[in-house]
Amino acid sequence: MKRAIFTLGLAIGFGLSVAPATAQTLKKVKDRGSLICGVSQGLPGFSTPDDKGNWTGLDVDYCRAIAAAIFNDPAKVKFSPLSTKDRFEALKSGEIDVLSRNSTWTLSRDALYNFVGVNYYDGQGFMVRKALKVNSALELNGASICVQTGTTTELNLGDYFRSNSMRHEVIAFSTADETIKAYEAGRCDAFTTDVSQLYSEKLKLSNANDHVILPEIISKEPLGPMVRHADDQWFDVVKWVHFAMINAEELGLNSKNVDESLKSNMPEVKRLVGTEGNFGEQLGLTKDWAVRIVKHVGNYGEVFERNVGTGSRLGISRGINRLWSKGGIQYAPPIR
Amino acid sequence: MKQALPGGPPRVAVHRNPRVRSAFYQIVVLAVVLACAYAFAVNASANLRAQGFASGLGFLGNTAGFGINQTLIDYSETDTYGRVFVVGLLNTLLVAVIGCVLATILGFIIGIARLSPNWLIARLGGVYVETIRNLPLLFQILFWYLAVLGTMPGPRNSVGLGLQPIISAIGDTSVWLGLPAAIADAWRGLAAWIGPPDVYLNNRGVILPRPLLGDGSEWVFAAFVAAVLAAFVVRHWARRRLDATGRTFPVGWTSLALIVTLPVAVLLVLGVPLAFEHPELRGFNFVGGVRLIPELVALLFALVTYTAAYIGEVVRAGILAVPRGQSEAALALGLRRGLALRLIIVPQALRVIVPPLTNQFLNLTKNSSLAVGIGYPDLFAVFAGTTLNQTHQAIEIIAITMAVYLAISLITSIAMNWYNARTNRRFER
Repeated sequence: MKRAIFTLGLAIGFGLSVAPATAQTLKKVKDRGSLICGVSQGLPGFSTPDDKGNWTGLDVDYCRAIAAAIFNDPAKVKFSPLSTKDRFEALKSGEIDVLSRNSTWTLSRDALYNFVGVNYYDGQGFMVRKALKVNSALELNGASICVQTGTTTELNLGDYFRSNSMRHEVIAFSTADETIKAYEAGRCDAFTTDVSQLYSEKLKLSNANDHVILPEIISKEPLGPMVRHADDQWFDVVKWVHFAMINAEELGLNSKNVDESLKSNMPEVKRLVGTEGNFGEQLGLTKDWAVRIVKHVGNYGEVFERNVGTGSRLGISRGINRLWSKGGIQYAPPIR
Repeated sequence: MKQALPGGPPRVAVHRNPRVRSAFYQIVVLAVVLACAYAFAVNASANLRAQGFASGLGFLGNTAGFGINQTLIDYSETDTYGRVFVVGLLNTLLVAVIGCVLATILGFIIGIARLSPNWLIARLGGVYVETIRNLPLLFQILFWYLAVLGTMPGPRNSVGLGLQPIISAIGDTSVWLGLPAAIADAWRGLAAWIGPPDVYLNNRGVILPRPLLGDGSEWVFAAFVAAVLAAFVVRHWARRRLDATGRTFPVGWTSLALIVTLPVAVLLVLGVPLAFEHPELRGFNFVGGVRLIPELVALLFALVTYTAAYIGEVVRAGILAVPRGQSEAALALGLRRGLALRLIIVPQALRVIVPPLTNQFLNLTKNSSLAVGIGYPDLFAVFAGTTLNQTHQAIEIIAITMAVYLAISLITSIAMNWYNARTNRRFER
């Protein structure tokens, strides 16, 4: 009885906020006429708004690719900026359709949500001031470290210092901006997060050259988009948008040559662009779903280079994010 | 002429009986509310189960895995979420209790300052109140935090406080003034003899020596408790003597003397069983000693100054609510100014002050959750923030957090209402 009363009290507050489990997200998105995509509150290279409010970045391009596949229009996306703390609740409650917000794939998260794939293989690192003359993360014994709360980073940090028998002080902030501001103000000796994000946050510092990213990578951080449990159709749609972009790169299709590829005789290309079979329709989309993605957004390589690659402001080399056929680990199942 | 009705009072049909009808409608409304609540509960739990979310409080026993930078009890990453909850709760209570005490003191000063006949003091009080209470609190917290961090040096350039830095500064000044080197050397020698300072200030906080309690220190504590009890006895005795003979007794001074001298005397008799662990710069930070983190300092500073502005107004209103005739009458009876204030004015003002003061205490406690903006590890940050995010058990955690804030607020209210009732009783005697 006590338990029943307890549940009752909770439910008054939360009963309404939980979306029906069997929600047909694809239908909902089509009816609404736009996709609602959860992104970060501003992480250059991954998801960041410019001064006119246009969002750009790797994660943003994934949202646009999904919209392109559904509506043939990459602009039909509403972006919902979320903190690390709020992101999962927003997905769970149905406030957003997909969370494309540099989130690490872990077992405990996968048990509650669905990860569609890995669009960036990352790892955690440390940034320090050059003036400290620290060359390795193993020299950080006794240091104060700034970290963003509600991240895998926070947990890896504890593991790393414990397994190396080092002491440290953690100062946890709820947003990336607060964290980097406290680091810049000298509250911490080191700032830790995923390496891609370190590069990105470094750009925000007033004297970026006074800071150095240490060589140690202390964790595996496979980042990727997420959807809710119990909606397999939507899970498949988002998953195959990701695979289509990788397959397109592998087959040499990009935003410039995709129209010509419609005349291609190669069976793999024909299946991807929809001139053979009805693969898009099996997903609940149209035959030319992949053409729409590649034409409006590009293949995986284009998206990577444009946002985070060596040609971008972040200047990160492709590394293990190269295709499997080129020495990396990005790999997609075939379209058959 | 009134006629007796045959067969007693008139029989009214049950459905026309106003009491029955009223009860009926209340039951219907209650049933509808409960049915809605039940539907919400069933819906929420079914949906959560369908999406694979566990429910219940089992997660409290799981390992937390993250660090916290201010813990009043022992805590490490290998402890459980349950312990995280306790750590967070204690950090919240720490801020709330210190904050309420300091805000009350500062608020009384501000309130009295605004009523001062001195033009400048009254205006300064007015400017303080109007500035502080009209700026958003979160902004003020961030301001103080960045102000603290911005003005303090890094750990390697810490500012030492104490005798030694002053004396060595005198030595430096004498060189600068062109005095003979022997004088500077003498000062520096003295500084070196005194040893390094005990208190340091830097952007990691205020570092103080940690008192280490030796054998027999519990006797000092016992002496303190005994002195407090003795003070109560003295007060009781003084009041009875006053009632019986009309002679007064300086209870305040006697109590203070008791509470200070008794523990100090015991301390001396036992040969001062007290040592200090001195902080020392090692690597990135100071090791040893006690550290007040800048997040705590900034949060307290902001909450205290902000709430004090409101308490100042409450106090001013309370004092103005006591008619001028009361103080005139007290003075006419021959009471000294201090006694008139303590026996006549303040007790009557308190009747007006205490209920809104309770509101301010509740506000301060709840506002302490804004600590999340500057990384102070309070209940809201470590439990309703980090723990929620790691365990995904939003409903349980939010419910527990709500219950805790509610409990803290209700306990504060009950305590303040009790105090208020007690102050009011004095007037009924």
